[in-house]
Amino acid sequence: MKELLLGNEAVARGAWEAGVHVVSSYPGTPSTEITETLSKLSSVYCEWSPNEKVSAEVAIGAAIGGGRAMCCMKHVGLNVAADPLFTASYAGVNGGLVFAVADDPGLFSSQNDQDSRFYALSAHVPMIEPSDSTECFEFTKKAFELSEKYDTPVILRLTTRVSHSRSPVEVGERKAVPKKPYVKDIQKYVMMPGMAKKRQAIVKERDRIMSEEADKWIKLDNPGRKLGIITSGICYQYVREVFPDASVLKLGMIYPLPEKAIKEFAASVEELLVVEELEPYIEDFVRQIGIPYVEGKKYFTPLGELGTEKIRQAYYGAKTPAAAPAESSGLTVSDAPMRPPTLCPGCPHRGVFYTLSQLKLRVTGDIGCYTLGAAAPYKSMDACICMGASIGMSHGMEKAEAVAASEALGDAEGDNIRGTVAVIGDSTFVHSGITGLVNIVYNKGASTVIILDNSITGMTGHQQNPTTGKTIRMEDTYPIDLTQLCKAVGVRRVRVEDPFDLKGFRAAVLEEIEAGEPSVIIARRPCALLKGVNYGRPVTVDADKCRRCGACMRLGCPAILKTDAGVAKIDRSLCVGCEFCVQMCRFGAIGKEQEGGCVK
Amino acid sequence: MSTEGYGLELNILIIGVGGQGTLLSSRFLGDVALRLGRDVKVSEVHGMSQRGGSVETCVRIGENIASPIIDRGMADVVLSFESVEALRALDYLKPGGTVIMNTQEILPMPVISGTAVYPENVPERLKGGNYNVISLDALGIAESCGSPKCVNVVLLGVLSGTIPGIPEEVWLESLKNVVPAKLLDVNLRAFEAGRKQGGNETKV
Repeated sequence: MKELLLGNEAVARGAWEAGVHVVSSYPGTPSTEITETLSKLSSVYCEWSPNEKVSAEVAIGAAIGGGRAMCCMKHVGLNVAADPLFTASYAGVNGGLVFAVADDPGLFSSQNDQDSRFYALSAHVPMIEPSDSTECFEFTKKAFELSEKYDTPVILRLTTRVSHSRSPVEVGERKAVPKKPYVKDIQKYVMMPGMAKKRQAIVKERDRIMSEEADKWIKLDNPGRKLGIITSGICYQYVREVFPDASVLKLGMIYPLPEKAIKEFAASVEELLVVEELEPYIEDFVRQIGIPYVEGKKYFTPLGELGTEKIRQAYYGAKTPAAAPAESSGLTVSDAPMRPPTLCPGCPHRGVFYTLSQLKLRVTGDIGCYTLGAAAPYKSMDACICMGASIGMSHGMEKAEAVAASEALGDAEGDNIRGTVAVIGDSTFVHSGITGLVNIVYNKGASTVIILDNSITGMTGHQQNPTTGKTIRMEDTYPIDLTQLCKAVGVRRVRVEDPFDLKGFRAAVLEEIEAGEPSVIIARRPCALLKGVNYGRPVTVDADKCRRCGACMRLGCPAILKTDAGVAKIDRSLCVGCEFCVQMCRFGAIGKEQEGGCVK
Repeated sequence: MSTEGYGLELNILIIGVGGQGTLLSSRFLGDVALRLGRDVKVSEVHGMSQRGGSVETCVRIGENIASPIIDRGMADVVLSFESVEALRALDYLKPGGTVIMNTQEILPMPVISGTAVYPENVPERLKGGNYNVISLDALGIAESCGSPKCVNVVLLGVLSGTIPGIPEEVWLESLKNVVPAKLLDVNLRAFEAGRKQGGNETKV
């Protein structure tokens, strides 16, 4: 039966049919739906783990124990999981082990544009790359066999346009695969120097053998033409459209690369191109094996994603203009105002960022919906680097201030720092913020950390986490108590506050930044998009009472607008009725809408 | 756009504001294509843009589709959930194509904060170009059908009305397949209400 599956759903389906036993992941766009899909299927154990390193370790353990295992993550998640990956490459597997890693060319929902293929290269782990949902399905199934046959973890490399595109897939049934017997083997699985050195040699030999395997993963279209193109993944689809008459060597395995097949292909064409997104990974290899006439990045940008239009323009230039778009007689596209993402109506983070912007504090930020606190009108985030970094960064900033102060050098000119706080979400705190907090306590810091506890992992689309009391399958479980946790690592000042209580929250922040010791404020209010959250009817503005002061507008709520006369107005199609704005109005002009639409 | 013998060839760019339910629309259209035995690719946007940003989804239906992306000048139809988003997507439309747009205005944050301007009378001013415009108050229609959340299904109903040759049962089967069973009735009403508007290209 054909089903229209997202690439991610097809990966899940492939893993399920391949009999995967254990799946452990941390959510991250564009990889999240793989694990979500698997969690809705029977006979497989699935979990959200606290971070990608833990998820990789769970999968490695399951595989060494003889089960088929998978962990899924976005590209930056592989940075977190890199430590176990590099050594699991030496130890090898027992049951099949697959890392599904989704890159995000073009940064649709990421903080950088790194190219995961270099992880395969440096960890000596085979990497395969599907180009549509059918290949996602088939490659994933084969990945487990590959892993077992060659005794190695295998990386399935995805990109946003493969993960988040749907195409028809002919699905089948799950084939139950018995767990492999576990045999104790210290030489293979205990990676101390003596053993690891021996395994290193085995890995080198595996690379050589796998290069021959890679020759079996190629697909050759239109052999014998003048123009030849080497490509893989989503770029293969673009190449099919832009160069329908060219010879195309499509690579399914991208580490190791199929040296023999590439040499033969190169010899069969007059002009050789590599079309790949991000770095010149394949192109550099082709040059390295003695084919100097290859071109790629000379035409195709290493920045962001490619696409048929970009590829066509880059290669043909003015010779083949793009299709003429429709023409309007009045407006042009540039008349459309930008629409950046923004905190939703009813978002609890609004209370935090409004307060922090009012207090003009220096704010180290983190990864989640709340990174939008850096956007107008709050602009109340000073730095954001990666998951968990906010806490370490605030500590570093404060230590730098302290040294300057002790040397009586004072603030650098223009610094004028009132205080620094770190903000981090509940899920991100558990991911990699806890160790930062331990560091502050241990090294006598005095940072204030605000944990934005909205009871869910928000940005990636509402996944459970260790603080929510639910597993991925929505079974009840022990919820980590953030207050107890922070106290247990030695923070004496831990308090829970409601970010929608403007006065109370402001007072709490002021108190804690003056405390002179580590402190944690847990800003607790659930995400407005959660099913159980219902604030009732929208609010409305009594136009007669509104004095046009604009105070409510400063909240940056998409539902609060201004009429031409300057009077505040609520867009009732957007307002969720959270009433946060009610306390902003000194004139009592905003109130809950009653039946018939009047203010109470 | 050709539908002869169900040999449907159609590129549809769906655009809206994160949270408006554009993903259901693309799943629906994909389902229709599969029922007609066509190849189809759908490219969705997940993640950060879904938080109130501009969200584009491409649906490509044909004999053998390679790229899931619609380039500029390639879309037969722009299906817009919001007024100014229709304008934003205009470059994707091919000459002679059709814009189906909800006249609802959702002000972007730069407009609310006064650093950008929301153009006036977008639906009217979009008319008179070398393409067709069907504009309607899909939110009002959805509300009158029983749920403001059915804007997407109203617009899909309109779209279905502009594509001749596909039996209504095909659309309805797909609708049943993608909406939750308990919400089927309201969605059927919304679809029918939209379908009646399709083809009436002067409707404002």
